[in-house]
Amino acid sequence: MPNRLDATFAALKARREAALVTYVAAGDPFPTVEKTARVVLALAEAGADVVELGIPYSDPMADGPTIQAATQRALDAGVNPPFVFDVVRRVRRESQTPIVLMGYYNNVLRIGLARFAQEMADAGADGVILSDLPPEEADPWKTEADARKIATIFLLAPTSTPERIDAVVSDMNSGFVYCVSRTGVTGVQRDVPEDLHRLVTSIKNKTNLPVCVGFGISTREHVKQVSSISDGVVIGSRLVEALRSNAGSAEWETTIRKMVSEWKSGTTTKENHV
Amino acid sequence: MSVKAENASGAAQVAEDEYAPDQLGRFGGRFGGRFVPETLVPALDELTAVYEEARSDREFWKEFNFIAAHYVGRPTPLYFAEKMTAELGGAKIYLKREDLAHTGAHKINNALGQILLARRMNKPRIIAETGAGQHGVATATVCARFGCECVVYMGAEDIIRQHLNVVRMRLLGATVVSVESGTKTLKDALNEAMRDWVTNIRNTHYIIGTVAGPHPYPVMVRDFQAVIGEEARKQILNDEGRLPDHVIACVGGGSNAMGMFYPFVRDESVKLIGVEAAGRGIETGEHAATLTAGSEGVLHGSHSFVLQDEYGQVMPTHSVSAGLDYPGVGPEHAYWKEIGRASYVTVTDQEALDAFQWTARMEGIIPALESSHALAYVRKFAPNLPKDQIVLVSLSGRGDKDVDTVAELLKI
Repeated sequence: MPNRLDATFAALKARREAALVTYVAAGDPFPTVEKTARVVLALAEAGADVVELGIPYSDPMADGPTIQAATQRALDAGVNPPFVFDVVRRVRRESQTPIVLMGYYNNVLRIGLARFAQEMADAGADGVILSDLPPEEADPWKTEADARKIATIFLLAPTSTPERIDAVVSDMNSGFVYCVSRTGVTGVQRDVPEDLHRLVTSIKNKTNLPVCVGFGISTREHVKQVSSISDGVVIGSRLVEALRSNAGSAEWETTIRKMVSEWKSGTTTKENHV
Repeated sequence: MSVKAENASGAAQVAEDEYAPDQLGRFGGRFGGRFVPETLVPALDELTAVYEEARSDREFWKEFNFIAAHYVGRPTPLYFAEKMTAELGGAKIYLKREDLAHTGAHKINNALGQILLARRMNKPRIIAETGAGQHGVATATVCARFGCECVVYMGAEDIIRQHLNVVRMRLLGATVVSVESGTKTLKDALNEAMRDWVTNIRNTHYIIGTVAGPHPYPVMVRDFQAVIGEEARKQILNDEGRLPDHVIACVGGGSNAMGMFYPFVRDESVKLIGVEAAGRGIETGEHAATLTAGSEGVLHGSHSFVLQDEYGQVMPTHSVSAGLDYPGVGPEHAYWKEIGRASYVTVTDQEALDAFQWTARMEGIIPALESSHALAYVRKFAPNLPKDQIVLVSLSGRGDKDVDTVAELLKI
């Protein structure tokens, strides 16, 4: 069976659509497996093509205030990697939407590389993004991940040199390349950086893997702009904020679904897409 | 194989032996490395290249040594603690007086080296993290001296307990940012400084204050701090005509210990002892003894020992000394522990407080609470040693900053 990520990106390409990738912190705003799974399913049903599930970590140095606060609340509620695996397992009873875990290397290292990869595979997760694991440190993890067909998704940034772009894309064999739109941490920003297309183009020139852009994207207008130059758009902090502020309302799911479908509509207008 | 260590006086000879790290900054192929977001990797490559060039550049060390002599006040004295020695009745005790360096602690050595590198990289903005405030003060000082903008991240809790140093940093023109996330101490200040760096990478150099962090920091900070041990080694050879039997220093992140130990690492007869903070006692869980009670992990960019739970979440730490209150430790210390080159012991808050007062009355020196941990261990250790042995202690900083904390604890 092909990896769910590869199948999803292939289908999107055939439809000339960009992927909508949405991030949610596991355990926030709802610190139960059942309700976090409900959030993931709602995102998928409303149009998210890939869901990133954040693993709460005590020292999230690549995250801005919104995701820091969300993952801290989850940690305070006792959320740890086994919870995250349980959410994936629960979602898989109803959905084949690709799920990518996003977090930091120390959780993986401490649990054990082989065990973590096996837990991911058993639960039905498709890939992982580890914000503090650059390719030069990734060999031990990739050995375990590759053996279980787990995609290891690396990040590229505006500071990445052509040599590093080469190194990153040559190290990857599935999933997508995560292009960080700006120097900085995660969080909502007003605009999409003007020179983004140059970075995306320089990556796309070197790989056939899909390139998804994240960090600072929050509106349908951003989604439209980024979709026209890339293969996917990642939205995190804005969604985490919206979940948090609507969690107390009985209508939270309706509100979130509406946001997601509006974002998704921005990915299907790819007149200029190559 | 006996190879002379590289030294900060100019003749940088890099030894290729079991103590040298590999290209990726890993000691023993395992501890160290570079676990950081992609955005930072090119900056670390640049820093490594600039540092490697400076390291073998006589002009660089000439400038470093000139400023160290005329501005910092180096060499700092090696002082024979006669009364302490007599009272304890064992080995002879020598104190390396880093408390007498400008700004009151060893931290200035590294801040000076790194600001010279920042100038070479044309980075006008400097950031730093600080726990006890000594590294923040040292960084603010060199920024004032060289005309750089300076932003220091400090945990909200540390801002309260080290208020004097906050005022000093502000007087020196630095902006002190209170960090309210996580445990509001040193580790969170480091996280926040990393976030600033990842955002402002193009014009900013991050002066990490200890031998932790991603490569090249552990090696680079060690080399700048090695001036402590190089001087002490010469001084003791001059005063006693031989090497010491034991060298003792406190270990939080581990920079003063590394600077003191490194020039002795290839002197096999010299025993190296790092003293960690046992806080309220290892058994209470309220401590900061990473090498003693931690396990292998990755924190703040390098693979070392970490105080963490079963899932790799970093645990809250406690020490009466803000500078030791850190759940990680430099990777080279982890390696030395692993191969048995250094041993690591612990001292409680109470023992450190007792040593603080004891040193003040015995020698007329008020030591930092951090350094008091090393002194507390000497107090327990030296009486059992023969009188012809020599113990060399790193008195890494002075205790003025701790006077409020101690006054409150002792109800003076």
